Formats: sequence, C-alpha cells, structure tokens
Amino acid sequence: MDGIHDLGGMNGFGLVEIEPNEPKFHERWEARAFSLNTLGIRVLEAYNVHEYRHAVERIDPAQYLAASYYERWFTAVATLLVEKGVVSHAELEARAGGRFPLARPAAAVEPTRVTAGAPRFAQGQRVAVREMHPAGHTRAPRYVRGKRGVVVRVSRPFEFPDLAGHALPAHVEPTYHVEFPARELWGDSAEARGAVVVDLWESYLEAAP
Amino acid sequence: MSDPRRRESPAPIAERVRALEETLAAKDLLPSGYLEKRAEQAEENFDYRNGARVVARAWVDPAFRARLLADGAAAAAELGFRAANSEYLVVLENTDSLHNAIVCTQCSCTAWAVIGLPPEWYKSLEYRARLVREPRALLRQMGLELPESVAIRVWDTSGETRFMVLPQRPAGTDGWSEERLAALVTREALIGVARIPAP
Repeated sequence: MDGIHDLGGMNGFGLVEIEPNEPKFHERWEARAFSLNTLGIRVLEAYNVHEYRHAVERIDPAQYLAASYYERWFTAVATLLVEKGVVSHAELEARAGGRFPLARPAAAVEPTRVTAGAPRFAQGQRVAVREMHPAGHTRAPRYVRGKRGVVVRVSRPFEFPDLAGHALPAHVEPTYHVEFPARELWGDSAEARGAVVVDLWESYLEAAP
Repeated sequence: MSDPRRRESPAPIAERVRALEETLAAKDLLPSGYLEKRAEQAEENFDYRNGARVVARAWVDPAFRARLLADGAAAAAELGFRAANSEYLVVLENTDSLHNAIVCTQCSCTAWAVIGLPPEWYKSLEYRARLVREPRALLRQMGLELPESVAIRVWDTSGETRFMVLPQRPAGTDGWSEERLAALVTREALIGVARIPAP
C-alpha cells in the first residue's frame, strides 16, 4: 500500500535527536508490548511477522504519526489478535476503560502462484523497479519504484512478503541488493557519487537496458 | 473508523496494554512470567556491545575480518551472537573513500544480534524520511562531518538482510587489547551515523 509508513525521501521533517544512555525500554508497558508480539507470533502462532509489519502500516495515518514507536507496535499486535478472533475489540475496550484504537482493515489481496527458481538477475546487471502500487503489503519503497539501479549483490531467497503479509501461501524467491545513484532518485541536486542500496524481491524487478 | 482526531481520546496506552494482557490471561493464553522473561532475554541478548566486540575482533584479526565480510552471521555466531532476525547479516566496510549508513525507511528493521534493539532516533520519522534523501546534511546535523572526498552509501533495510557497519579503526590504538578497542565502539558507529574518534 502507498501508506504513511513509507517515509523514505519525504521532506518537511526536523532534527534527529540522539538520547544519551538511552534505555532499551523507556516504560514498563513498552517491554510488555514488545513481548506480547513474540507471544502472538511464536506462542499463540496467531500471525506471522509480515502480517505484523502490515498491521503497523494499516494504522490510521493521523494516529501513526502521533503515536510513539511502541504504541504503534502494540496497536498492530492488538489489531491482529482481534482480527484472528483471539480476543474481541469489545473486551479490550471494556477492560481498558476507554477507546482502544485498532488499525484499519487490510485490502483484499488475491493469492497468486509464482514459480520462483534460480535468480534471474546477476551481480552487475541493470534492473528497474516495477511501477507498482499494490493495495496490500509490499516492501518496495515508493521512492525506488520506476527507478533504475544495478544489482550489487544477489542476496538470499526469502518468503514473498506481499503474500505472507496477508496470511496467503507465500513462495520463496531471490532477493537483491540494488544500488541506485542518488541522482536517479532525487535529481540533479543530489550528490554525483551518492547512492542508496535497497533490498528488493525479484518480483519487484525487471531487466533494464 | 471515522476521523480519529474528532473522537474521544484513547484510553492511556499503559491501560490498553494491561487490558490486552488481562484479556489473554483470562483465556489462559498468557503463560505466567512469559512477558517478563522475554523482555529480560531481549534486554540481555540484543545489545550493541555485541557488535562492538565483533568490530574489535575484526580490527585485530584479519582472518576473522575476512570471514565477517564474507558471512556476517556466521562470524558473529563465532562470538556467540545470534538472533532470529539476524540470520543473514551483511557487514559494510567503511574506508577512506566510502562511508556506509543504515536505515529502515518503512519500519525499524535492525540486526538485533549485533546492533541490539534499535534506539528511538533510528526509529524516528525524521531519520527514516531524511537519510536516503540528504545523507550528508543529516549526518552533519547529527555531528558527523564527512570530507567531500568520502562518498556516502545508504542501505535501506527493506528486505530480510540485516546490516552492520564496520567502522574504521581510529589512529592511536596500536597494540590495544580487543577489550579496550571494543569499549570505543558506539551503537551510532555500527549504524553509520558516527565515526570512532582517535582516543
């Protein structure tokens, strides 16, 4: 989806501030929210990590931007446990004593069968990212769609997230580290020698001249 | 859901977390002590000091350095550092002419085994938006002034590969022990938003 989570390259953001001696969790609830996700994935086996990522992406944009990191994390966990029927939204609101926002519903995604084999692209080969706009989960950031780059590493095959993120049977396919010149992404004002490398599944790519 | 800004405020987040815990416990779906144990394990195992030790070893042992650059996860595992999310680890070597920096523009993916649970600044909207677009300006604002002769390569953790930067060993550390060297390595250097100054 072309969601609020896909922030790469957006303008208008301010300073990045490093907190000295930052604790791993700032509040007790953050540690518990962190662990509830492991419970959902590994113990309850209610959903997978791709579905978790997509649930974060589905949080209402205004809430996404206003929430803290672990609030988004927790909202995704609660959303999935409600969607999978493990708990009900009404129970959560009753126990919380107030409104309990969840992420928006996922788009309907068709199961697709892809026969993935040996990598189609080689190191050094020029590729382009497909101009794709799926309504569901994807890991192809908007800022590289339609852009050309070079394969700098044929990475390992991994489960295809665009299907796994919707609990659909997902094949495993090759992934690639593709280097894009900064000027291909951001125009002539970018540095001539600058580059961004993005980790992309084979289905996102096509051969480029 | 209609516009969330026009609705009453949500219950406080700590109350929402408690509510989910209680709901799960009431259904017998939350093993006693599970959340505490998992959080403790994460705090203990997922720490940038692991990556600092990996870097120090690579600085003193050329054979280890070669293994680390060839297969990061296997080399980190030699020192006992593993994480389910870091099974394919690619180590990025900084040189006199190339500086690497890591980001996850879409979420917060990080090599937990060696960088640890990511800090707030790494997960911030600002860092995620800006690094891929204006790396030199952002790094400068974060306190890292790179000479123009050094090119910047940004790595977006958009897939399942996890990355760690291998910073350059600072001058003036000849003959230092691995332990002493490891103490110089910061989390920021492992992500690529800092260099390690000469002591």
